[in-house]
Amino acid sequence: MLKKNQSNQILVTSTRNQIEIQSIQETMPTYQIKVNGESKTVDVSEDTPVLWVLRDHLDLVGTKYGCGIGQCGACTVHVDGTAMRSCSMTLAQLDGKSITTIEGLSEDGTHPVQEAWKEVDVPQCGYCQAGQIMTASAFLENNPKPTEEDVKNAMHGNICRCASYSRIRKAVMIAAENMD
Amino acid sequence: MSTNTTLTFSRRAFMRTSSLAGGGMLIGFNLFQACKPKAAPPIDLSQLNYNDFNAFIKIADNGAVTIFSPNPEIGQGVKTSMPMIIAEELDVAWKDVYVEQGILDTENYTRQVAGGSQSIRHGWDALRQTGATAKQMLVNAAAARWGVDASECAVSEGVITSAAGETLGYGDVVKDASMLEVPEDVALKEPKDYKIIGKDAPNVDIHKIATGKPLFGLDYKVDGMVYAAVVRPPAFGHKLVSYDDSAAKAMPGVLDVIKIGEKVRGLLEEDPSFSSKISSSDKVVVVAESTWQAMKAKEAIKAEWEEDTSLESTEEHDKILTDLLDGSTFKTERSDGNIKRAFAEADEILERTYESPFLPHNCMEPMNFFANVTEEKVHLAGPIQTPAWKAGLVAKMLGREESDIYLEMTRMGGGFGRRLYGDFVIEAAEISSTIKKPVKVVYSREDDMEDGIYRMAIKYRIKAGVKDGKITAYHLKEAAINDNMYGLIPNFFPAGAIENYQVDTANYRSNITTGAWRAPYTNFLAYAEQSFFDELAELMEADKIQLRLDLLDKVKPEEDERIQYSPERMKEVIKVAVEKSGWGAKPKNIYQGFVNYYCHNTHVAEVADVEIENGEPVVKKITCVVDCGIVVNPLGALNQIEGGVIDGVGHSMYGELQFENGRPTASNFDKYRMIRMREAPLVETHFIKNEYSPTGLGEPTLPPAGGAVANAFKAATGNRLYKQPFTKTPELLKVPSKEIIG
Repeated sequence: MLKKNQSNQILVTSTRNQIEIQSIQETMPTYQIKVNGESKTVDVSEDTPVLWVLRDHLDLVGTKYGCGIGQCGACTVHVDGTAMRSCSMTLAQLDGKSITTIEGLSEDGTHPVQEAWKEVDVPQCGYCQAGQIMTASAFLENNPKPTEEDVKNAMHGNICRCASYSRIRKAVMIAAENMD
Repeated sequence: MSTNTTLTFSRRAFMRTSSLAGGGMLIGFNLFQACKPKAAPPIDLSQLNYNDFNAFIKIADNGAVTIFSPNPEIGQGVKTSMPMIIAEELDVAWKDVYVEQGILDTENYTRQVAGGSQSIRHGWDALRQTGATAKQMLVNAAAARWGVDASECAVSEGVITSAAGETLGYGDVVKDASMLEVPEDVALKEPKDYKIIGKDAPNVDIHKIATGKPLFGLDYKVDGMVYAAVVRPPAFGHKLVSYDDSAAKAMPGVLDVIKIGEKVRGLLEEDPSFSSKISSSDKVVVVAESTWQAMKAKEAIKAEWEEDTSLESTEEHDKILTDLLDGSTFKTERSDGNIKRAFAEADEILERTYESPFLPHNCMEPMNFFANVTEEKVHLAGPIQTPAWKAGLVAKMLGREESDIYLEMTRMGGGFGRRLYGDFVIEAAEISSTIKKPVKVVYSREDDMEDGIYRMAIKYRIKAGVKDGKITAYHLKEAAINDNMYGLIPNFFPAGAIENYQVDTANYRSNITTGAWRAPYTNFLAYAEQSFFDELAELMEADKIQLRLDLLDKVKPEEDERIQYSPERMKEVIKVAVEKSGWGAKPKNIYQGFVNYYCHNTHVAEVADVEIENGEPVVKKITCVVDCGIVVNPLGALNQIEGGVIDGVGHSMYGELQFENGRPTASNFDKYRMIRMREAPLVETHFIKNEYSPTGLGEPTLPPAGGAVANAFKAATGNRLYKQPFTKTPELLKVPSKEIIG
């Protein structure tokens, strides 16, 4: 039997997106959202996950689709500085809060976590890494002096099939040292 | 065996140069002997034709070097390491090299492939010769300008210096060089002179990855592109009867709902080899303006399915595989001596059966592909390990010329074998040809896990006979779903080490699609075999390491050309692993398990360190010793090794996909457990330093990991584990427990 994963304190838990076939006559509301410091207007149905708003409507494709149910962490963004799973969150739930994606984490890729990622050469395929970086950067904002155990716990919710876990751990520790 | 200075190609046969219209020189070359250039490289870069060459170097007038990397990048690092080899011999500074992904056109290719850990091994000679030949032409051009002999010139980082101290940059002479004959005999560097090979080079895409730039198939977008989500048979064996799309069609953003399948069936009639990789059922496709709209409307399709072929289950497979092992329908893959007689004469016999489940690949980037089929051409783009094969199949399916196909390879969010098959490429092409629009097919995670081309379930039964304290007979039987081990594996260890030796295989044809999964077959076999040797050593009361070394002493590859592994190199990794892991000298609370293995041309030994926490064994560390010859890029190599080891630990601990009524019982990561950060052991890697030609690292460190863990768990708990995943038998992962030996 598969063991239940006990790791999810930081995961947004949600079941597979429930589809209400009956309510197909949806409205297409206009949303005003703040992404990477800029105000954007989008026309999407109200159940559209923020992930797909970012990717398909705003061309911010750095945020990745991995599972759609908040289990893998590839879609992690910051909502008012907190790491959230954009696949399991709608614009209505944002309620005026501002989003930061990997594209807006720094102007030129020089955030200490990005720098540490480059220094350690973390990625293999690279697909999950934006989510890893966003999880790590939000974590370090609130935990500037983490132990290695803290880092392991913080990063446990993000899956890397290439299993670059050793380097992720190392890079987060280096970033912690370099963050003000 | 070192081939560092052996030239196996005629340079004329695989290289041509021309001067570029925009300035500079273009060198076209072929990595693989099977490819022969038919033409000169184009003078206009837009005319690059990969039919004639499969890789190119461009040297601009300003000296800038661009290398178009031919092979698909799946995270194995070849987009970095292959150009490094060229740059080394070309003698340019690595920081000045710009790497671009090459594209594919579709005639005459044999190996523009990511698979089998073979890119570096196959490319090694040609990549070096290409770099060295280009360098020699540049030097010849400079020498001619100075009126001196080329041998009097020295080169460092793209600057040529004469004996008199004059200097010219590559950019200064590239125009002249492109007019010269391609020289026949160029010297290659000695490994001691390497400045790039053997030095750490970060991934060439690291900045783009760390800043979220579009790189992957899922990020690919063109104007007017629409999105497709496909309703596939919910179970293997199901066939579409009818569907109601009225609800879906009324949903916002939905452009069309179509049925596909006819073209795929046509293709399968023409090319049945692909039938084990794709369902022949009709499928319903929702086409929408955005990914989410397509995915959501897909859920609103009411489809009716019927049982076309049987709906299989894990329970049935379990019985079928056991029956095959008990039966007599085997094909003998290799037979030495006479095992029957040896078993009859043996003092003691050990026989054990090992079981493994189906595994999905679970690439983090779900399957997806772009297609735009027009009368003029067929444009395909996305993540694919075998671009040439897929382009060929698409051409065949659509009744087009292969020259109509234009295929762009994106970076891949993992491959692990799943992207060898490209059923999704065929789907995308059929959809685009039907709707006549540029379209991207996107799998949901559920599609990806439920409509996979899985690692098949396999059982091994291994039997050994011991006489007078020596292993005299070894019989390995494999029962697998769909496909058996390929021809090389029966010649891996312990072939050649035991006088009476036999490998037999049998299989059962299932309608569940199966295929290669990172380190095919050995990903499970290594654990079975190395657990067995551990247990055999216990039975024989022999030292576990010495038993392996003694067996290797008997192997004579010079007398048996089928044997690829080197007993000497294997013994060396074993010895270093013993030393570096502190084997036999650990504190009492650390339990160790040992494995040595050879696959994908690389020799590996791994030692797992396990500690008991809360009454259960926990993998803390794996010491990994690797002989892959020359290490091209240590930074990338370590990443592959650590990833392979942890991936191997994770899948042997947790990986399992069960089937009920033809359908997987898990469809997403809430029900399918992947190894995560807290479970990932520390990996300590040691390379054997030598000057053998390099071999690949994408796969060979994965197979031994499961065996090292199983052997360490035995040391910790007294329990032997015969089934993967190990968490399937939680009662055996408890301490203390009674030993079960013999």
